[in-house]
Amino acid sequence: MAKPSEFRIQVDQALGKTEVRAHFRKAMDTLMTNRRNQFPDNAELQRLRDQAQVIRANALSKLPELLEQLESNLTRNGIHVHWAETTDEANDIVLKIMQKHNATWMIKGKSMVSEEMGLNHFLESKGIEALESDLGEFIIQLDGETPSHIIMPAIHKSKEQIAQLFNEKFPDIPYTEDVDTLTRTARDILREKFYNAPVGLSGVNFAVAETGTLCLVENEGNGRMSTTIPPVHIAVTGIEKVVEKLSDIPPLLSILPRSATGQPITTYFNMISSPRKKGEKDGPEEVHLVLLDNGRSRIYSDPELLATLRCIRCGACINHCPVYVRIGGHSYGTVYPGPIGTILEPQKSGLKVHGELVQASSLCGACGEVCPVRIPIPSIINRLRYEGVRQDGGSALDAGSKRKPLEAITWKAWSWAASHPSVYNLGSTVATQVRNLVPHNLGAWTSVRTAPAVADKTLHQQLKALGVDHE
Amino acid sequence: MSEARTHIFQRLRAVPRPEVDTTGRDYVPIYDWDRAERIKRFTERMQAVRAEVHHSDRDSWLNLLADLCKAKGLTNLLVSPHTEWGQAIYQQVGEFPTLQDYDRAIEAWKHEMFYNIDASLTSTVGGIAETGSLILWPTEQEPRIMSLVPPVHFAILDTQHLYTTFAEAMQEQDWLNQGMPTNALLISGPSKSADIAQVLAYGVHGPKELVVILI
Repeated sequence: MAKPSEFRIQVDQALGKTEVRAHFRKAMDTLMTNRRNQFPDNAELQRLRDQAQVIRANALSKLPELLEQLESNLTRNGIHVHWAETTDEANDIVLKIMQKHNATWMIKGKSMVSEEMGLNHFLESKGIEALESDLGEFIIQLDGETPSHIIMPAIHKSKEQIAQLFNEKFPDIPYTEDVDTLTRTARDILREKFYNAPVGLSGVNFAVAETGTLCLVENEGNGRMSTTIPPVHIAVTGIEKVVEKLSDIPPLLSILPRSATGQPITTYFNMISSPRKKGEKDGPEEVHLVLLDNGRSRIYSDPELLATLRCIRCGACINHCPVYVRIGGHSYGTVYPGPIGTILEPQKSGLKVHGELVQASSLCGACGEVCPVRIPIPSIINRLRYEGVRQDGGSALDAGSKRKPLEAITWKAWSWAASHPSVYNLGSTVATQVRNLVPHNLGAWTSVRTAPAVADKTLHQQLKALGVDHE
Repeated sequence: MSEARTHIFQRLRAVPRPEVDTTGRDYVPIYDWDRAERIKRFTERMQAVRAEVHHSDRDSWLNLLADLCKAKGLTNLLVSPHTEWGQAIYQQVGEFPTLQDYDRAIEAWKHEMFYNIDASLTSTVGGIAETGSLILWPTEQEPRIMSLVPPVHFAILDTQHLYTTFAEAMQEQDWLNQGMPTNALLISGPSKSADIAQVLAYGVHGPKELVVILI
């Protein structure tokens, strides 16, 4: 038997952690209930989804023009714009800015694109510390972990584990499991860091081309701190995050937090259009935006896969996924887990690396139904399964790499038999006669199930006995 | 122009891009709320996230504010003397804790701001009833940090500028033609997080208390 893949091993391990599984179940149930409560009127929800979909689809249809407009407006406003085709290039841009300011460390607001870049790790290798300030990110960074959810990074950790971790890392502070006290501890530690930080880094939720404005959605205030207190602010984002008009923002802001955590709005919505102007008394003197491609422009070239780029990173598909809740975020072994990760990661890193993820779906359709911008995630999963085994090229990276000769021949034979009735009837009749020869052990399938039994009469025979004339 | 930029644009431009039908993109008002209803909704939303909301008027807000400062045991209050509200406060200086003006660049007094300021008071350019949000456009007189670093943030909202939705506020105030400021903010409660075991905790990095006075 073939060696199980890394993904299978991780899934196996995750399924064994009963306590963590129960914790995820409870958390996802709460998130689903919260979201449902935010949309009491289904018609209004559907109207808002239509609106959000149109806004994102329109922006993508004009992407090069809008990126140019964004760049020119940001530049006019005094924000430096940088372009990166790969994560290596993006990391280098950040490093150069750090070096220019002789900065030995930075404080970070939450940014999934920086996770995509592996920025912390990269900077560390250059002797630069990147300190996470989002409470969840701060916690997992203390423990040397990566996020298990895109909006609730430490969702896999219990209160007790966090209390233990704080006690280990900050032995001077008395042990407590009180969430308010733990939160205050983090606040005090990070306040001092914000006070001293030479550079702050953040992500971007939406970038408005029309005005040259970077929008950030957050609850804690660490996003505002990271973008207001240090003298230099670096924002990193994917090239797909741009929208055309300022008036596109309210509908997106309305549907994002409601879909994500089931809040009507987050505590802070932060719109940044320039560095500190003459006469202003605070804010960074220098603001940079790094626009990262990293495979997005390839996704862009396929009219069906393009819908992947509509994503506003709310995480609703993750919260509603029956696979995610059972295997958790870390099993995916990717930056983005859950359904969105399932379609995004194989397209970015290639089907060879992450193609197996598209099998991690029951195609129940929940992800597509809750998506605020109506990304047809199940269809894209199907499409990527096809891309993996197709013979004739294809537009996804590593298309055809999942094709197995035996599987291909089997399906070909099946399709030939199914379109030749005499062969099909002969085959099914023979199958009923040798039904007792089906082995009990069918490898992985029978490790937790009994082997399937072939019926003693074919469907044709049974229908005939019932007097149904199939002609 | 960087090589990366050129390559990205080449790839994006190489793709046929059919125009998207934008029907349904524009804002459609769905609520018909009068001022009283807007105030009620705003108050409910704010209180749901543990913000204090006080209904006051032009005659009594100063006394209310003075009482709140006393009740909270504040020793100082960061407030600009150059705004309508600030002027009134500075005229009654005896009623208030030590008043502090944000009159220098932050670099000149960062330590004091971070570790000694108890509370701040700012004006707002409007509010949003649907989500319970304050709209702030920080200025030279009322800079960005005022609503971020002090543990208590008082905000005064003139209910004439309380809009039903964010889209309406943006339209009515004509943000597009005014030109966006360095920083525009929506603030909907005190700072909070549920990152530890989904338990909601207030006062993470921003203010621990948000006190809204409606005029």
